[in-house]
Amino acid sequence: MTQLALVIDLNVCVGCQACVTSCKEWNTSGAAGPLVDQNPYGKDPTGTFFNRVQTFEVGEFPNTETVHFPKSCLHCEDPPCVPVCPTGASYKRKEDGIVLVDYDKCIGCKYCSWACPYGMREFDEAQKVMKKCTLCVDRLYDPQMTAEERRPACVRACPTSARLYGDIHDPESEVSHAIREAGGYQLMPEWGASPANHYLPRRKTKLRLRADEIERADNPLKVDGLLPKPGKSEPSLDDVTSW
Amino acid sequence: MHPAFSVIFLTTLIGVGQGLFLALFTAQSYALFDLLPRQDSHAFYAHGSGIALLFLIGGLIASFFHLGRPERAWRSATQWRTSWLSREVIVLPAFMGMVFLYGLVHLFDIKPVLATLPGGIAIDLTVVIGTLAWLLAFMLYGCTAMIYACLRFLREWHSSLTVINYILLGGASGFTLATLFAAIAAPELVRFFAGWAVIITLLGLVSRVASLIRNARLKPKSTLQSAIGIKHPKIVQTTQGFMGGSFNTREFFHGKSAAFLRSIKWIFLLLAFVVPVLLLATGLSGSAPVELLILAFVVQYLGLLAERWFFFAQANHPQNLYYQAIG
Repeated sequence: MTQLALVIDLNVCVGCQACVTSCKEWNTSGAAGPLVDQNPYGKDPTGTFFNRVQTFEVGEFPNTETVHFPKSCLHCEDPPCVPVCPTGASYKRKEDGIVLVDYDKCIGCKYCSWACPYGMREFDEAQKVMKKCTLCVDRLYDPQMTAEERRPACVRACPTSARLYGDIHDPESEVSHAIREAGGYQLMPEWGASPANHYLPRRKTKLRLRADEIERADNPLKVDGLLPKPGKSEPSLDDVTSW
Repeated sequence: MHPAFSVIFLTTLIGVGQGLFLALFTAQSYALFDLLPRQDSHAFYAHGSGIALLFLIGGLIASFFHLGRPERAWRSATQWRTSWLSREVIVLPAFMGMVFLYGLVHLFDIKPVLATLPGGIAIDLTVVIGTLAWLLAFMLYGCTAMIYACLRFLREWHSSLTVINYILLGGASGFTLATLFAAIAAPELVRFFAGWAVIITLLGLVSRVASLIRNARLKPKSTLQSAIGIKHPKIVQTTQGFMGGSFNTREFFHGKSAAFLRSIKWIFLLLAFVVPVLLLATGLSGSAPVELLILAFVVQYLGLLAERWFFFAQANHPQNLYYQAIG
């Protein structure tokens, strides 16, 4: 069974918000109608977004680190938002595991948003229905697009390739390799929703060198003791000779 | 959570309606075994059912204000296999219909005897319909409460105390209203209803205080560490990603101070439990002035509005971890 998902590399994300704007651009222009923006230029702008990039500071000064954290629907394998829906508007697709809302069936009771521990669903104040990340389902299977284009807008927009996209149930996919080899993890595993999207942790490349690895203990020059240095005025062949 | 007044009115109004019906049918059951004087079908049961129905209709109307697309509300009856909300949507009209029938058969005195118990007690149509409605009333309390109690990460709600509270608090307000109704329609039942109203209100106080104690001792399971998956004891959000508000910042925060929340807690403990019990105690003498009983019901209902507001406001959704800083 296929489970399409994103794998987001927190080690690479630079917090540029390109995924946020490209997501908004694609999904507000799509077939499902606009994602409302209220007071876009006013005092208290608000609107519906599927994707956000948040920033956290980890540690205490001076040992702090800035972590940019992209946040969108995790397309849980056991989505708690789906069974609570009274109309069946919320559903998880069997064929690819994407969690979707049927905007024509939704009554806007907001119960699913209460049932999502991650707060990934947003109510659209204009259309009065619940909305959420669709994983750009309207791109993924579009035969008029090239294979390269048949990926979520956020993945295509990411300038640092922090967002990987693929089938996490295929053990040989790029995302499965990333999860396996780079320590991919799920958010809030305590609720057992088994989110399909994974995050790759911050990684630091550290040189682990001992002093004796920098200067060899068994250096033959050391064993015999230092050779007498020639005087400055004497001729020399750099390091090789010392007569 | 942000307390929505539509849901506050829905849950409190249908709670009163269910409680009032339960009170009426309790009186009929007692009278069936000659433990209480029999009441006039028309003046007592039919009118009483009518009042219960008015509260239920009020709750139903309030519920529509919660929906973004009320014209599609009929769709919400389809997912009863998985959704408690869907089950409530089915049980509420079923219960209303049964209360309507109960009132109707009393109003027109349609009382064919369907069975006779060994002691010669006749089971007529009103008893059968009443029993069905009685079952539906408890099912409705269960459905309403389970909508909240089934959400496992809203831990203030995820408890059997939620179900018990909905039954007891709805029942208490219904029996208080029944006391008031009896003072007008059947004065000899005032003591009976006042007694039960006091008992149920006190039981409700015990279970509500128990849930307050339980909630005060809860330790959050989700932390910022599990929310973003970084194992460092000190993590601070510097920005939630936007400067204006969003659905996430409106729907899941009550927007009031901790002091306001605390004062609402004491207000509802006083108004929903203490004051009504004192006022109902006057009814126990059997000769309470109607004005006091009106006051008892109104005060208790206002107290339950505050209780329901607090119930929603107190629930801390784990998604709030992601929305802590604007920057």
